[in-house]
Amino acid sequence: MVGNYVDKTLTDDTFGESSYEKAECKMLSYAISRAIENAGEKEENVDLLISGDLLNQIISASFAARDFDFPFLGVYSACSTLSESLALAAMLVDAGYYKKIVAATGSHFSSAERQYRYPLELGNTRPPQSQWTVTGAGGAFIANEGGRVAITSATLGKVVDFGITDVNNMGAAMAPAAADTILNHLRDTGRSADYYDLIITGDLGALGSRIVKDLIWEMGVDIQNNHVDCGEIIYNVIEDEFQGGSGAGCSAVVFNSYIFDKLRRGQLTRVLLCATGALLSTVSSGQGESIPCIAHAVSIEVV
Amino acid sequence: MTGKNRENYNKNYIAYVNSFDPPTKHFKNCFRAFMVGGLICCIGQFIRYMLEGVVGLTGDELAGATSIVLIFLGVLLTGLGVYDRIGRNAGAGSIVPITGFANTVASPAMEFKTEGMVYGMAAKMFIVAGPIIVFGVLAGTAVGIIYLLL
Repeated sequence: MVGNYVDKTLTDDTFGESSYEKAECKMLSYAISRAIENAGEKEENVDLLISGDLLNQIISASFAARDFDFPFLGVYSACSTLSESLALAAMLVDAGYYKKIVAATGSHFSSAERQYRYPLELGNTRPPQSQWTVTGAGGAFIANEGGRVAITSATLGKVVDFGITDVNNMGAAMAPAAADTILNHLRDTGRSADYYDLIITGDLGALGSRIVKDLIWEMGVDIQNNHVDCGEIIYNVIEDEFQGGSGAGCSAVVFNSYIFDKLRRGQLTRVLLCATGALLSTVSSGQGESIPCIAHAVSIEVV
Repeated sequence: MTGKNRENYNKNYIAYVNSFDPPTKHFKNCFRAFMVGGLICCIGQFIRYMLEGVVGLTGDELAGATSIVLIFLGVLLTGLGVYDRIGRNAGAGSIVPITGFANTVASPAMEFKTEGMVYGMAAKMFIVAGPIIVFGVLAGTAVGIIYLLL
């Protein structure tokens, strides 16, 4: 479904490059230039790039920025990098420090698998709670004028840790962070949950989505009807994909193509994007630490 | 829940999350593992008969040659991208036989060759098989000492 809305679909998982890391970088670079192009702008008018990814030392973002002639602000917030970048971009633009900012992020299944888990060809089994990192990248162009779709508010999240240590159960680890940020956002803005057409979480997957709805319902707020999770909708659910998609690319691809298209056409008018990130590393999980998670919410409305 | 007194809350949450765990299908998993593992052993036995009857090997040479052929097949299937698919369904059935060991060495070697032949492929080749070798040698030594004392 999402595949019909993206600018480019790849059939080659290395994008013509010699390694998956280079492919991830190239995808991100493509997403950045395409976001500028789609906004009807030129590269020389862009003031700043805010970007991050999942690899160590955010190499994809930094290396992609090498291709462009504008300043770069590297951010890391795992899979919630998109909403963090959007929030930062909106703040910088609103404060008048910059006029035109590109916020982009991406991830690649094979490079993430290599860094966080096992070699691709290893014949191991995956537990049913696991998710598949999305291979994809997406970018957004944020400016202080023009366009009908605007970022109207943002709520930055707290680091929440409910003590989940199972690295294969990211949905359960991240759900409390999403619940916390969504509740804080609604409280801060004084809005009710049905103010939004959609409350979009990043990559909680099927299990995590169920948990986040439960947690929010426990606090007396009902998001059963308007909650959607990018990870849950990105793939056609077939046996191999377990709980759905994950990774920084997941919300970047779904939000910047499918959801944004609906906003632009006016089929949706108010959405809350609340992407979640698991702030672990292979070192911390090796040392038996639990998984601290974060979620940043950005409300995007047709104005 | 953030801050310092989150310990109690955690226990309830973890119990709640565990209640979602789908039950492990022991029978189905064991059956698949038995079938695939058994099939690999049958292929091994077939190779053994062939090497014995057609090539005429005996004793240690026969055992060594059979292992070599199986290791080759394991590596070949890994290189062709088939072994991980078998492993995803067969579980222990394709991990325990010697072909599984070949897979644990070949898969990181393929994966890390982008970082160079020495620091990439050669250095990272044993990241999965390393523990198997270490504890295999240790267990072998322990059993050997017990055998010596008896």
